[in-house]
Amino acid sequence: MKASFDSKANYEQSKKAIGYVSRKEATPDDYQRIGFMSGLEVHQQLLTQKKLFCNCPAGIYHDHNDYDAEIIRHMRPTLSELGEYDGTALMEFKTRKEITYRINNETACTYEVDDTPPFPINRQALEIAIEISLLSKLNIVGEVHITRKQYLDGSIPTGFQRTAIIGVEGEIQLKNKKVKLIQLSIEEDSCREISDIGHKRLYKTDRLGMPLIETVTYPELFTPDELMEAAQYIRFLNRSTGKVRIGIGAGREDVNVSCKGGTRVEIKGVAHNKWIPELSHNEAFRQWALLHIRDILQSRIPNPTEWNLQAMELDYDAFEQLSFSLKAARDTHHKLMLVNLPEFKGILSHFTQPEKTFAHELSDRLQVIACLIAPFMIHTEQFEYELPVPDFDLFSNLIGAGENDAQIIFWAPADDVQTAIETIEERCKMALEGVPNETRKSFENGTTMFERVLPGADRMYPDTDSAPIPVEEEYIQQLAQNLPKDIWERYQQMRNWEVPEDAMDYILRNNLVPLIERIAQNMPLEPKWLATLFAHDLKNIEGKSKRHPDFDYELVEKLLLFLHAKEIEPEIVKWMLPILYQYPNMDFESVLITLKYKKRSKDELLAPIEFLYEKFKEISHNPSHENAINWLMGQIHRQALGNYNLSDLRNEIKTIVNQLA
Amino acid sequence: MSNDFFQGYKGHALEILKKYNVRVWGQAEIDTSRGLFIGTVLPRSENDDDLHIVMKVATGYNIGIDIRTIHKMKETGYKKANYKIPEKEFPFSDNLPFVKLFGTGGTIASRLDYRTGAVIPAFSPGELYGAVPELADICNLSTEKVFAVFSENMGPDQYKQLAIRIGKEIENGIDGIVIGHGTDTLHHTAAALSFMVQNPPVPIVLVGSQRSSDRPSSDAALNLIHANYAAGHGDIAEVMVCMFGPTSDEYGFLHRGTRVRKMHSSYRSTFRTIGDTPVATVKRGEIKPIKQQYNHRRKDKSVKLQPYFSEKVTMVYYYPHMKADVIDSLIDLGYEGIVIVGTGLGHVNKELYPALERAKAKGISVYMTLQTIWGYVHMFVYDTGRDMMAKGVIPAGNMLPEVAFVKLGWSLGVVEEEIRQGESFTSEEKHARVKELMLTPINDEITEREPYNGYLVYQGGVDEVEDFVRKFRK
Repeated sequence: MKASFDSKANYEQSKKAIGYVSRKEATPDDYQRIGFMSGLEVHQQLLTQKKLFCNCPAGIYHDHNDYDAEIIRHMRPTLSELGEYDGTALMEFKTRKEITYRINNETACTYEVDDTPPFPINRQALEIAIEISLLSKLNIVGEVHITRKQYLDGSIPTGFQRTAIIGVEGEIQLKNKKVKLIQLSIEEDSCREISDIGHKRLYKTDRLGMPLIETVTYPELFTPDELMEAAQYIRFLNRSTGKVRIGIGAGREDVNVSCKGGTRVEIKGVAHNKWIPELSHNEAFRQWALLHIRDILQSRIPNPTEWNLQAMELDYDAFEQLSFSLKAARDTHHKLMLVNLPEFKGILSHFTQPEKTFAHELSDRLQVIACLIAPFMIHTEQFEYELPVPDFDLFSNLIGAGENDAQIIFWAPADDVQTAIETIEERCKMALEGVPNETRKSFENGTTMFERVLPGADRMYPDTDSAPIPVEEEYIQQLAQNLPKDIWERYQQMRNWEVPEDAMDYILRNNLVPLIERIAQNMPLEPKWLATLFAHDLKNIEGKSKRHPDFDYELVEKLLLFLHAKEIEPEIVKWMLPILYQYPNMDFESVLITLKYKKRSKDELLAPIEFLYEKFKEISHNPSHENAINWLMGQIHRQALGNYNLSDLRNEIKTIVNQLA
Repeated sequence: MSNDFFQGYKGHALEILKKYNVRVWGQAEIDTSRGLFIGTVLPRSENDDDLHIVMKVATGYNIGIDIRTIHKMKETGYKKANYKIPEKEFPFSDNLPFVKLFGTGGTIASRLDYRTGAVIPAFSPGELYGAVPELADICNLSTEKVFAVFSENMGPDQYKQLAIRIGKEIENGIDGIVIGHGTDTLHHTAAALSFMVQNPPVPIVLVGSQRSSDRPSSDAALNLIHANYAAGHGDIAEVMVCMFGPTSDEYGFLHRGTRVRKMHSSYRSTFRTIGDTPVATVKRGEIKPIKQQYNHRRKDKSVKLQPYFSEKVTMVYYYPHMKADVIDSLIDLGYEGIVIVGTGLGHVNKELYPALERAKAKGISVYMTLQTIWGYVHMFVYDTGRDMMAKGVIPAGNMLPEVAFVKLGWSLGVVEEEIRQGESFTSEEKHARVKELMLTPINDEITEREPYNGYLVYQGGVDEVEDFVRKFRK
């Protein structure tokens, strides 16, 4: 290793050079500086009994090993309708994956594994999709055409996803701006991956074929906060119908991000909206960093088209001593390759994402495209090395490297070496051009890794197994009459009710405005009080204890109706809910008994105050007015619950104490 | 503008396209009561209604526009799609066998047909090489499109033409023959060729696909690879069907052309050998014989070619309480051969007896096969069977119904040819000659014995079967 080169310092320096700021420090000016631009593809599972194109039940999930049979498939690219091969398709073909599907007879039939053509589309799902399209102000198509969208990663056994546009050109109203929507499509959900190691990928088919919609926005979101706001809005909109699935994996976001001079990169399958700001922030800066790398390389390499790497096979004996990983590579007869990247010194350790460098751009692709299994490489600009540290000077001499070059040593099964070298070369050449089009997988820490080349419109193909489905005018009119209110109206409504801002997310996330409306109509209860009952008290309970599967929000309504009928003060609900949350099948009377509730009149409650006040004066060290009232409240609070409004009670006590003092 | 500009459109939809001068493949903006739609106008399937215009939007999806909602539309550009499978010259290798691929249609290689919205076959060595480059490592391939028909339209004329072309190729010293064929009647053609092309010196392999090659998970490529390997390198010189063994992309079966049947409407592993085992399994680079006895590849160029077929044969699927008039009408129509697909061991009801007697009197050949698919016709077990034999019904052993039909057509065809060549037969002699041809097996269409593992239809739900399925049946 060239001792003169400090990789860590280079990383820090390059991070500074591009003006990276953390998400916390970033201001709108920073995003404007780098030209942050983003859009969303929001996926949402629909709440139907059955799957989209067959009669298997939807929403039943199995453990990895709970399966009845396995089948094996390989995917090969085909032409699109317009006669083009898709880039992703070709890349996936290069990877030569063997894909195994696990089938459980309960949730998959011969349709899922592509041994039976599709059955007619699930009408319930189609209807929900049209309703949500109408809510999204989209232009509804005259005829729904099922289209095949190629996916060669194997996530769908046919090699394509059946999908169809329901509407185009819509909009949503955010706090400060309108955001245009490109389209909404209905599609079948994909398999869930069990593992992906080397050339073998394993999927299960339980989720496969469940109805899903995808709402796509234009790239009109210019800060991570706006992006987050749009994601939340669309999620709330979907949920406002009450006809979509909730829970883990029921809603997933693909986030498209670019920076000025960069290109559209798609971060796939973000499971939680709260991750979106950090992920999009880092992606925009990753692109900003790649542009910086391009500028450095272009200044060093006058004729980029003539840039080539050099590669040679190495003998394991070339190392004085083998590290543990290299020994393992030798023992499994992997080929050992030395690659020289001319003019790439300082690039491999150039900042790309927090704690990631350009070398990761290469290793990600080697893992995905050439199917190499980590650890599979070392290079001249690592922060740390597995011991013993290799003598890179020796290798750079061996391959005749120049002063400004960088070297990689990788090991792989003989069959994968060629693809690996091509993959490195391809990615390095892309670095000379800027930011490659790709989809990336997200991690919880806000960073991403390469997943595949970004597919284009070339992977679409009409589904010859399905006939077009007309959407008649009367049908649309009929659906339009029964739509829930717009989300922005719901916000307005809550502001009018004086619901605190911090409660609104919870209310919309759980689609509670209609319920609050209904309760407030039937009982003399303030919407604001109800809103905080849900968004503060119930949310607090949710954080502390485990929800019984039978508990739902309607139970709160029933409980309030019960209390109303019994003329019991509704405040007691806050003490009853923690019990009902865990034991929703307990009858309300029993809950009251548990709380030792007894019906008492106001006079009964207030009768002992005088006596108690005297007692307080005897025992208190600080007999202030305020303390007296607090202590007295504490004494009769329990008995008062459900019998008397607590703040009214406090006022009554205050009056009495004032008289007594 | 010619109608070509409005591919597939008719009635109202055609009128509105013409009114606004918007062509198929034109980029159009369509203003409707549901909003503005922008995209490329696509051809429409002829069988779809005349109330919608199909459009591809920028994201690659297709949508339909209801013409009743259109306020106005205009064409803003034009770009015709050029759908072509990339054609590359098929490379020649000195050390590889020569294989001839005959195309008959079907989905081995195909592309979209806008007229019907279905897939149509595309086919040339270059196109195939573009789609399945692995073929170049297996053989030197040449192709010939004999006809382009769907499987259900294959018939005696096609069988005969194929047989003659196969004969020519053998004469020219080809190393193996592959026939691409739709799967629905693949086994009919396989049977016909088994009888028309006897004792060939090289493999003759029929292949199809259950999933068209326009989909990434198609079985077409792998089937083609297996078939070409079996044809070019295999030692089994028979007429065979090569299709998926399991539904997984693992290995193919080589089925004897006379014992194979399509058993599922859509599964990849739909072809099964009935009443026996397949001849072999095939993987790329490996053929594993299952049967010990088969015809071995030979160096000579001799083959017994009998490309004859009489269309005066028919097949009747018996059902309870069938009336004699069904058979009577066939007799009156001049059919000379009837294959009955009977119940159980090979039975029909007594109501048919008079008709059977009439058939016998007229010298019509009547053969009995089985609805049970598996097993032998046994007409001695019950009196009814003996009665029928007395009325001239001939048991066809364990010949599959479709195979019996094809063979009867071929047998009658051969006899007709013999007559044309100057032989003369009395009605009885002709009947006997047909019977001799029918019941003398050419390549196991009737077998002497049914092995225990020739009938394996396992039922799901049983523990040991489920165990087997989970572990082995991929």
